[in-house]
Amino acid sequence: MSELLKRFKGITEDPALSFTQKARYLSLEAENSLPYPELDEETAKALEERVICDMYEGHAPFKPRYVMPDYSVVLEKGSTFLELEPATTLDEAINSLMIAYHHVPSVTNMPVFIGRLDNLLLPYCDEVSDEDLYKKLKLFWRYLDRVLPDAFMHANVGPTDNRVARTIMRIDAELKQIAPNLTFVWDPDISSDAIFSQACESIIECSKPHIANNPLHQPLFDDYGYGVASCYNVLPLCGGASTLTRINLREVARRSKDTADFFENVLPKYIDLNFRLTETRIDHLFNKSGFFESFLVKEGWISRDRFTAMYGIFAMAQCVDELQAKEGRAGKYGHDETANQLGHRISKVLYEAVETRPMEHCWRGKAMLHSQAGLSDDDGCTPGVRIPYGSEPDPVTHVQALAEHHAFYPSGVSEILTLDETIENNPVALEQLVKGAFQLGFREFSANVSNNDLVRITGYMVRLSDIAKFKECGGSRINTTVLGAEAAETGKILERTPRVMSHELAPRYSQ
Amino acid sequence: MNLPLATVSKVLKFSCVDGPGNRLVLFLQGCNFACPTCHNPHTMKLCNDCGDCVPECPTGALTIVQGKVVHDASICDQCDKCLDVCPINANPKVTQYSVDDVLVLLYQNKPFLNGITISGGEATTQLKFIIALFTAIKTDEKLKDLTCFIDSNGYLPEPAWKTILPVTDGVMLDIKAFNNTLHRLLTTRSNERVLATAKLLFDSGKLHELRYLLIPGRTDSDEEIEDLANFVRALDTDTPLRLNTFQHHGVKGEALNWPTMKEPDVERIAEELRSAGLTNVVVPAVYI
Repeated sequence: MSELLKRFKGITEDPALSFTQKARYLSLEAENSLPYPELDEETAKALEERVICDMYEGHAPFKPRYVMPDYSVVLEKGSTFLELEPATTLDEAINSLMIAYHHVPSVTNMPVFIGRLDNLLLPYCDEVSDEDLYKKLKLFWRYLDRVLPDAFMHANVGPTDNRVARTIMRIDAELKQIAPNLTFVWDPDISSDAIFSQACESIIECSKPHIANNPLHQPLFDDYGYGVASCYNVLPLCGGASTLTRINLREVARRSKDTADFFENVLPKYIDLNFRLTETRIDHLFNKSGFFESFLVKEGWISRDRFTAMYGIFAMAQCVDELQAKEGRAGKYGHDETANQLGHRISKVLYEAVETRPMEHCWRGKAMLHSQAGLSDDDGCTPGVRIPYGSEPDPVTHVQALAEHHAFYPSGVSEILTLDETIENNPVALEQLVKGAFQLGFREFSANVSNNDLVRITGYMVRLSDIAKFKECGGSRINTTVLGAEAAETGKILERTPRVMSHELAPRYSQ
Repeated sequence: MNLPLATVSKVLKFSCVDGPGNRLVLFLQGCNFACPTCHNPHTMKLCNDCGDCVPECPTGALTIVQGKVVHDASICDQCDKCLDVCPINANPKVTQYSVDDVLVLLYQNKPFLNGITISGGEATTQLKFIIALFTAIKTDEKLKDLTCFIDSNGYLPEPAWKTILPVTDGVMLDIKAFNNTLHRLLTTRSNERVLATAKLLFDSGKLHELRYLLIPGRTDSDEEIEDLANFVRALDTDTPLRLNTFQHHGVKGEALNWPTMKEPDVERIAEELRSAGLTNVVVPAVYI
């Protein structure tokens, strides 16, 4: 039996996987047994050494990484392909969405974006009582968690204060499910104080929603707007992102003699190689895969010219600390002003490189820089521009250290603040922290409250009790400081047992 | 005029347990009580430059210069060995802050703040500084919407309170015990002034919160809890009352032999107080 067949066999016989998980891993193995799209030698070497990374998206990109449909199309016009009439009632609208989600691909084969739900459902709510709205949305929420068990599946509400947004946040705080993830889009000129307070109280309850700073996001997009998908990817609505590639900044720093060499030679080289990798993958998707012949395009759910490419970076903390050491400076990233400013300078250089490089088949002709949350096997590298787990300063100092980065990452910054559970008795403190962060330029705000069962790891949600159960079975002591635990450890746990997993973080069968 | 300086043990830019919203907190050094249950005993006394801590410092951050203990924060790694060996419960790492120094801190952190709280030690042992600071905040266009709070043991006499209250928005007041013998045992001082302070603060609308530390076998007796309920009822049944629990974290000396307060007992006492008519009893969000 060949190695490949042995791997197939191993997957089918792995007792820790559910049958759907087996099917998914088999399909990934099949795709990855194909030859990779042709890369030049230098790019292939950088990818092999994982200085640049394709997120293990697969060897034959036949679907975009993130698809952000305009679901109002199927609600208002119906779908010829799916034989759906336009929705006329709330029941029909929810039913059409439930059907639609099954036809929206993404890197995980599950939808990463399920719509700005209040905008979508409000037109069908006039005749619906508050009690009925609550009941219907609660069933809808249960369906999402049980049928589309991916922690990256993401719903959006806000910025207006409305019944659907309020009811969804209420249900989300009650059910404390891993899926869907939830973003509340906040705009001080549009959102009421009351709904902002509700969002903050919900964070204290279940570490959701994530809050997006609309005044910073909206101007970067057109009237069609944007959606927040997966773990804080801000992308054009009715489009999405073809691919997400990323540079491991630690590896770039390791290959540099000093700071000058980093900026003048090594970083520009790998920026270029990551562009080449991105272009190769986009070329395959647009010119070979046939994806854009899909009914999704024909019926107008998505538009071929509204897909960007996410240009990711991670391990900023290790990169800066590495360069600081090469310059003989002791100050650490997140704690030292010189180190922090070096980080900001790196972000600015990356931003300018991405903004000025013309990209074919990309919305507005260029990629969008992204501070990327990480994979489950990132080998001690910190996600994006984050401060390493366990060494974070107090939340205010934390925000002040990172705020300057945010302007450089138009497609989002994956960031999590860990808050002491004493915040429970004082939600106003959380509100002020969010307002302060947004005033300083944070694009988005996510928090873990440390006694919540439901917490974020690199951006997706897990239940601590699930991890504890797993650890008990494995005989190891429950680590109460798991909030700061490496995603690597947690990711492996997630690959093995829970019903709801984070498929993006487990892009390969790893046994 | 000599502008007052504060001797500051610690500054926090984020605190959600020292008053409403997020607060910048100054912990002032020095206290007029000496509670064995104190969880910050190193804030009690001012350093007398004995130098016992200097040879204990592993990074060489502490030296003696012209008879004074000097601390170099840039090489201190916050191991707190100096606090452990201090024979008088003082802190060689204090910093002197002027009013302007604190205003700069407030400007820098303003977007994140609902207000400032002066805590300690006992904040009111440095009353002149607090009056000068709060007056400056109230007259500063950019800072005047910040609320100014004090966390106090209430030992300050009434005439002195009257000098600070016009520029103070609220006070969190600790009552350690109602039985005066017990109060003396727990603090070294009598409680008459503390109880008078509670009434004064309530009458002037500045009593933000009463705090009561539950210590098993000492302050959790039926008599103490009844006195507490009666005292709060005499003010207003809706007065916020926060029940704190004695824990060993940070404590030095004999009280480490005392039992710690457990959640079920706290819940039981909170229920008793509610049954006695108190409508605003707050229990800890977290038990260590």
